Amino acid sequence: MDLSAINPTILIASLMVASTPILLAAIGELVVEKSGVLNLGVEGMMITGAICGFAVAVETGSPTLGFIGAAVGGAVLSMLFGVLTQFLLSNQVATGLALTLFGLGLSALLGQGYVGITPPATAEVNFGPLADIPVLGRILFQHDFMVYFSIALVAAVWAFLKFNRAGLILRAVGESHDAAHALGYKVVYVRLMAIGFGGACAGLGGAYLSLIRVPQWTEGMTAGAGWIALAIVVFASWRPVGVLLGAYLFGGVTVLQLNLQAAGLDKIWGIPLKVEYLSMSPYLITILVLVIMSSGRGRASLNAPAALGKSFHASS
Amino acid sequence: MNKLPKWVDIALIPFINLVLALVVSGLVVLFIGESPFEALSIMVNGAVGSSYGWGYTLYYATNFIFTGLAVSVAFQARLFNIGGEGQALIGGLGVALTCLAVPWPHWSLALPFAILGGAAFGAAWAAIPAYLQAKRGSHIVITTIMFNYIAATLLVYLLVNVLKKKGSMAPETARFPEGAFLPSAYDMAGWIGLKFSKSAPLNITFFIALICCVLVYLLIWRTRLGYQIRAFGHSEPAARYAGIPPVRITMITMMISGALAGLMGINAVMGEAERLVIDSVQGAGFVGIAVALMGRSHPAGVLVAGLLFGMLYQGGGELEFEIPAVSRDMILVIQGLVILFTGALDNMIRMPVERLFLRLRKGAA
Repeated sequence: MDLSAINPTILIASLMVASTPILLAAIGELVVEKSGVLNLGVEGMMITGAICGFAVAVETGSPTLGFIGAAVGGAVLSMLFGVLTQFLLSNQVATGLALTLFGLGLSALLGQGYVGITPPATAEVNFGPLADIPVLGRILFQHDFMVYFSIALVAAVWAFLKFNRAGLILRAVGESHDAAHALGYKVVYVRLMAIGFGGACAGLGGAYLSLIRVPQWTEGMTAGAGWIALAIVVFASWRPVGVLLGAYLFGGVTVLQLNLQAAGLDKIWGIPLKVEYLSMSPYLITILVLVIMSSGRGRASLNAPAALGKSFHASS
Repeated sequence: MNKLPKWVDIALIPFINLVLALVVSGLVVLFIGESPFEALSIMVNGAVGSSYGWGYTLYYATNFIFTGLAVSVAFQARLFNIGGEGQALIGGLGVALTCLAVPWPHWSLALPFAILGGAAFGAAWAAIPAYLQAKRGSHIVITTIMFNYIAATLLVYLLVNVLKKKGSMAPETARFPEGAFLPSAYDMAGWIGLKFSKSAPLNITFFIALICCVLVYLLIWRTRLGYQIRAFGHSEPAARYAGIPPVRITMITMMISGALAGLMGINAVMGEAERLVIDSVQGAGFVGIAVALMGRSHPAGVLVAGLLFGMLYQGGGELEFEIPAVSRDMILVIQGLVILFTGALDNMIRMPVERLFLRLRKGAA
């Protein structure tokens, strides 16, 4: 086995870039699920964010404005879900699916004029001499601001859920909306805010794909990333740190398989490697992870928000 | 409970839902600067204005009926089978393998075996997520979605490395033997002395789809298994209390669902392409979700909704041709809207309609 073609430093550095879209989407969905709402429309919000961010960045020439636009786009789309499920009490699974299909179609329509354009480049954050540290510098200090933002966001969500009173209310709403309602908390508004946050995060994740990771706009470019983000939330058993680990694990698998494809290895430990097996691997591993961590049994189920996926109406 | 006449429930409300979805789509068309009325007339004309249009409309409808039935059967047990796409791909593989395995002398002999092949492969592909749901509680929506992607890459692998015709660059199998060609609408119209467009892909599978609608109806509402499936769907604890094994029902329901999706391969692979190509399904698995929701998970509803989406698809194709600014993705938007309005927003439409009928009834009494 010859892995010398693969440079571990660059591998880890590109792992962080590859993981960021999933990480952003997953941390948003974690907050949504913590409030007791299951939004299966992550894929649709991601791709909508991807095209909104791309369009804004191309028109204004500023990637930062692009990311803001993406967050707004994702949040607006998620509000559609929010109004439908929270006020009109529609089925969350069906609405989430519809949101995905709607987002995929809408983004393709919006993006017709943007195929084949290169977006303005996002600069690396300048860490001065830190970036020149061998190995560590390449891994930690040569990224764009979104990579650091995503990690900071995970930390912020962790602290918010653990130490903040508002975070406590959000968790209470997710565990028992009736009890939270009885205590006088506005269940529907808490959930709406969580859904909006989730949408904004998914939008940012999508824009990271179209503005930095690829960087280009193609139809359906999220290619299941939103679904993987959903699986990661289960994998993390609804813990922010777990989301970070999970996203980096999946990013690692994606980057590794891409590197193996590029290195043209045809065998690993005697097992023949085919490009198709490799490109299948993120999806296979998602399933594997779901099977191991499944919400039905075991420790993970204890941590799932008790009111997940249940509609709330003040009369009942 | 029964505030509404039946025809309102099964016809009027879905119709209002569809009109709303079309109105919102019209706004989207307006938004990109085209006339929605012109777009609508091009769509209707393209879908049902000629025997060529009808041939495509009914061909698409056949696909959607199969995938729509697949989603409906699973939904009777309240399982969301989003994997129609993958199951239809793998079903198409089963059909292709059957067709290529034997030099079939006549299509009437090849067809039953192809049906078996497609159904078996589709069912097997659905069985894995079903097992994971039943035994491990893995969310079936996520696993079936993942299986769609896995099916797509598996098919690429097989077509590039194993099944590819020798000396050909395109990733597709060899053409099926002559005896495995299904009679097209042109042939069938010829039998009874009628004329039909020769280039339309409509074929005998349309009638198989109709038969499947009847069979699904009989299964769900006239057999013991169907009763168990519905009971399981309405309340799992109650079903378990009544001695209905949840694991078995989940497995069987999903396998029937997968088999129905797999049958789509007969139409797309055996009937139209007459070889296995990379993308034989073309999103029909997802359309099936919209079709099933709109058809109220009832075979009759699925049939009507399938026809409707067939028209949308064919009409959408023409639209893309006539007004390049409106692309096929418009159809995806309409699909999403239809799911929103029929599946999710049902109550929003239903409540005012119910109120209206109550008032009418009071006025009459």
